[in-house]
Amino acid sequence: MNQATPMIEVTNLDKYYGAFHALKDIDLTVHQGEKVVICGPSGSGKSTLIRCFNGLEWHNSGRLVIDGIEVYDGAKEIRELRQEVGMVFQQFNLFPHLTVLENLTIGPMKVRRISKAQAEETARKYLERVHIPEQADKYPSQLSGGQQQRVAIARSLCMETRIMLFDEPTSALDPEMINEVLDVMVELADTGMTMVVVTHEMGFARKVADTMVFMEAGRIVEISPPEQFFTNPSSERCRLFLDQILAH
Amino acid sequence: MNVSDLGISGPKGQPLPRPPFLKRFFDSVLISVAIYAIIVGLIAYGSFVGAQSMGYNWQWYRVPQFLYRNTEIGFEWGQIPIGLVATIKLSVISFLLATAIGLLIALLRLSGLVIGSAVAVGFLELIRNIPLLVLLYLFYYVLGPIFGFDRYTASILTLAVFHSALISEIFRAGINAVHTGQWEAAKSIGMSPFQAYRYIILPQSVRFMLPPMTGEVVHLIKSSAIVSVIAVAELTTFGRNIISDTYMSFEIWFTIALVYLVVTLILSIGVSHLEKKYAVDQQN
Repeated sequence: MNQATPMIEVTNLDKYYGAFHALKDIDLTVHQGEKVVICGPSGSGKSTLIRCFNGLEWHNSGRLVIDGIEVYDGAKEIRELRQEVGMVFQQFNLFPHLTVLENLTIGPMKVRRISKAQAEETARKYLERVHIPEQADKYPSQLSGGQQQRVAIARSLCMETRIMLFDEPTSALDPEMINEVLDVMVELADTGMTMVVVTHEMGFARKVADTMVFMEAGRIVEISPPEQFFTNPSSERCRLFLDQILAH
Repeated sequence: MNVSDLGISGPKGQPLPRPPFLKRFFDSVLISVAIYAIIVGLIAYGSFVGAQSMGYNWQWYRVPQFLYRNTEIGFEWGQIPIGLVATIKLSVISFLLATAIGLLIALLRLSGLVIGSAVAVGFLELIRNIPLLVLLYLFYYVLGPIFGFDRYTASILTLAVFHSALISEIFRAGINAVHTGQWEAAKSIGMSPFQAYRYIILPQSVRFMLPPMTGEVVHLIKSSAIVSVIAVAELTTFGRNIISDTYMSFEIWFTIALVYLVVTLILSIGVSHLEKKYAVDQQN
C-alpha cells in the first residue's frame, strides 16, 4: 500500500435528504492502491457515501477531494472526475440497446474522443480481462447476470479509471454467479487499482481489503484493518453485525 | 379457428372442454367476415336509400376524372391526388416542426429548473385548452398580420404548435420510462446531459414512443383538414372546390374520407411492423 498519495479525502462530510440526516460527519481517507470495503446494515448510508465519490449525490457540508479535485455541486471538473472514477452498480445498468462491445466503446469514443478502432481494441482487451471475449457482439439481455456485471466492470475499466467504486456488485446476482464476479474483482485488486467496495461478501473482504469500514445510521462506526475487524472489532454494534452475517 | 384445433390441452393432458357452440360460431373467421360485411352493407344501403328518398342523383361515373385523366397531352393526376400530396407535405412539415418544439418543451419540463418547467407547463396548458380552430384563427388573423406571414405558414405553425403540446407529453413519458440507472451509468462514464440524451436515453425511449407517436401523426393528418377553412390548398379544400363546381357532395366526401382512411391505415400498419422489429432487436 502506498501511503504517500491520498486518492479520496473526506472531511466532516454531511448529507441530508430533506430533513433526513443521511451521512453524519464522515471522515475517511483512501490512498492510492488501497482497497476499502464498506459494510453495515441497509440504510446505513454506505451507498450514499460512495455515490458522493463520483457526483451522483452531492454532500451538503464538509469537504470531499478526489484525486486532487474538490467535489461539490456544480463543480466544472465533475465530468473529468467521473472519467477517472468508475462505478459498478448493483443493477449493472448496461445500455440495453447497445451490444456488449458498443457498451464498452461508447464512453471512450464519445467522451474521450478516441477512434473507434482504438476503442474496440481496448474494449476487447478488457473483455479478455473479465473472461468473456466471446460475448462481444451480444446484447446485454442475452447474457447471464454474472456476465452482465463483468461487462459493467469492463465498461468502467475502458475509461482507464484510476479509482473503482462498487455499489453492492453481487447483491442482485444468483448465488452461483457471485464468484465469477468476485474473482474478476480480486484480479482487479491485484493490478493495484484503488477500490472502494460496498458489499456483504466477507470472504472477499478478508481476501482483498486493506481497510474495513463499518457504517451505521449514517456514521462511520469503525475503521480498522481486516485482521482486527474480523477478530476483535472495537465497537459492540459492529461485533453484533458480524455475528449476524457470519453466523451461517 | 378455436382453441381445441391448436392441440393445446388442459391440466394433466386432458383436452380442454370445448367452448359453447355460440362462442365457436361467432369466433369463426367466416362468420366474423360475414357479420362485418352485413354491417358495412347495411350502412351503405342505408345511405343509398336515404339519398334515393331525397332524390339524390348519384354520379359516381364523374368521380374518376378527379383522380386521374388521360388527355391528348398524356396522363395527368386529378385534383384529389394533388390535394393528397399537399396534405402530406403540410403534415410532414408540421410534424417535423411539432417534434422539434415538443422535444424542446419536454426537455424544459424535465430540466429540473423551476423556470424551465414553469414555461413548459404554461405552454402546455395554454395550447391544450384552446380549440384547434380558434388557434388557427389566432395565427391567421392575429399573428399573421402582425408578423407578416401568409396562410400556408399560419397553418403549418398552428398544426405544429397544437401538436407539439401533445408530442411533448409523449416525449416526457418516453424519457421517464427509461430506468434512472441508465442516467447514472451514462453520467458515471463522464457523459454530459446532452450526450446521455443523445446516445443513451432517447434511443431507448423510441420504442416507448413509437405507438403513441403514430397515433399523433394520424391525428395530425386528420386535423390538417381544418386549414381548409382558411382556404389553404390541401385535400379537404380541393374536395370543397370540386363540390362547389359539381354539387356531388356525397360522392366526393365519401372519396375524400376513403383517401384519408387509406393513408392513415397504411401508416399504422407500417409502424406496427417497425414496432415488431424493435421488439426483436432489443428484447428486454
